[in-house]
Amino acid sequence: MRWAGAAARGLALPALIVVLAQIAAELWLGQSDSLAAPSTIAVALAQSALDTSLFRLTGQTLISALSGLVLGGGLGLLVGGLLGASRSAARLLYVSLEVFRPIPSVALLPVALLVFGFGYRMEISIVAFACFWPMVIIGQVAIGGVEPRLLEVSRALRLGWISHFGKIILPAALPRLFVALRLAAGIAVIVAVTVEIAANPVGLGYGLMSAQQTLQPALMFALLLWVGVVGWGLNAGLLLAQRRLFNTNGEQKA
Amino acid sequence: MKRLAWGLSSVAVAALIVAGWSVISSHRWVSPVFLPAPGRAWTALVRGAESGDLLQDVLATVQRMVIGWVIASVLGIALGCVIGLSATARIWLTPTLEFIRPLPASAIIPVGIAFFGLSDTMVLGVIAFGAIWPTLLATVHGFGSIEPRLIEVGRSLLLPWFQVVWKIALPNALPEILAGMRFGLTVALILAVVGEMLAGQEGLGLRVLLAARAFRAPDLFAGVIVLGLLGLTTTQCLGWATNRLLRWQRL
Repeated sequence: MRWAGAAARGLALPALIVVLAQIAAELWLGQSDSLAAPSTIAVALAQSALDTSLFRLTGQTLISALSGLVLGGGLGLLVGGLLGASRSAARLLYVSLEVFRPIPSVALLPVALLVFGFGYRMEISIVAFACFWPMVIIGQVAIGGVEPRLLEVSRALRLGWISHFGKIILPAALPRLFVALRLAAGIAVIVAVTVEIAANPVGLGYGLMSAQQTLQPALMFALLLWVGVVGWGLNAGLLLAQRRLFNTNGEQKA
Repeated sequence: MKRLAWGLSSVAVAALIVAGWSVISSHRWVSPVFLPAPGRAWTALVRGAESGDLLQDVLATVQRMVIGWVIASVLGIALGCVIGLSATARIWLTPTLEFIRPLPASAIIPVGIAFFGLSDTMVLGVIAFGAIWPTLLATVHGFGSIEPRLIEVGRSLLLPWFQVVWKIALPNALPEILAGMRFGLTVALILAVVGEMLAGQEGLGLRVLLAARAFRAPDLFAGVIVLGLLGLTTTQCLGWATNRLLRWQRL
């Protein structure tokens, strides 16, 4: 009941906006190249879902985002784990990492374009670069922040390094690593859509751009809304998984 | 002494990486079309700096980024104050704001183009719109977590509401607001670069894109290096400003 009340309050403002926009569109909006009534936006969304183009574009964006996340996040986890486990490594690589980190991911777009041309590989490489950094930083904190007494226990038990890693380090670091994964997943979708809007002719970002260029404002707003739903849904799903898996909301531990 | 030694060896590792880059490109293990020698990228950088057109592009991008970011920060803090002050407004508005937060800021670019065309106004508008969310949400959140007793103090002193905001709420929310503004500046730089690429507006984004299209790899890498330096400088400046502004909190 409380949940339903919160949901109703949350939906009140969007519902009000939709109603007002519909009324305004009925009153003043004729044929427009940049605006559309909520009703025509809903029709455009339903149409693109029916002819499956919506799901094709979503699939293209998600494939790029997830591949980049796995590639960049995995590499970042390796590097971050290394930095967390060895203070010497962290000190030696400090300058090199700090020099590369502030490069905005989109600055690499022309480089990736030059090397790979248009297509998935170019998009995936940029997403991977963007996902690399949060994993390095949080991975380092997560692995380096394992309670020292646990390390002593492991030493006292003379665990081999495989069981040391599998039984001590990983379970202790996992909640924080999952927070990093959630963060990186959000970044992956944002960067993927950005690359598609800026250059790459696949996915939701490209769909948005071509809807604008072919003067279909209803489709453009429908896709914009859908991009929001996809990003929000991904985050909500991962948040739910996090609560189920670790029984925390992450913030207090990480 | 020990710290200095570690610092120097850390720089040495970075130098080794550049040396490795140099070896790879001089043996042509990677085609020089993709990966120019570090020396050639450096020459391109110096040439661009000497002719002055690099500086012009840097200034254009910085100007766009900073103006958009300032607009976004002012609006974000003002709106955040209004929403954050009222518990009712927070309850009714936060879900909508949380829905917009994960939306890629760049997704607003097509809408911006539909309204303003491929113009400078479009780029500025998109930057302002995209960079507002981190600051706005941080302000709302910061206002929501004020110690209730402080508000009671304000009430018993009969402070008018703007004095409550200025003397109690804003200083309390400042760390979060500054963190939000820092993230907003990163977003602003990214949107400035993408906007320049799409709208063909003069700046670093267009510069690197044109270099890539013309297969001028040394110019491209020089541009990417400058963009990295720009990112580094802005985050360092804001980090420094944050420390200065929050110094009183550590007393």
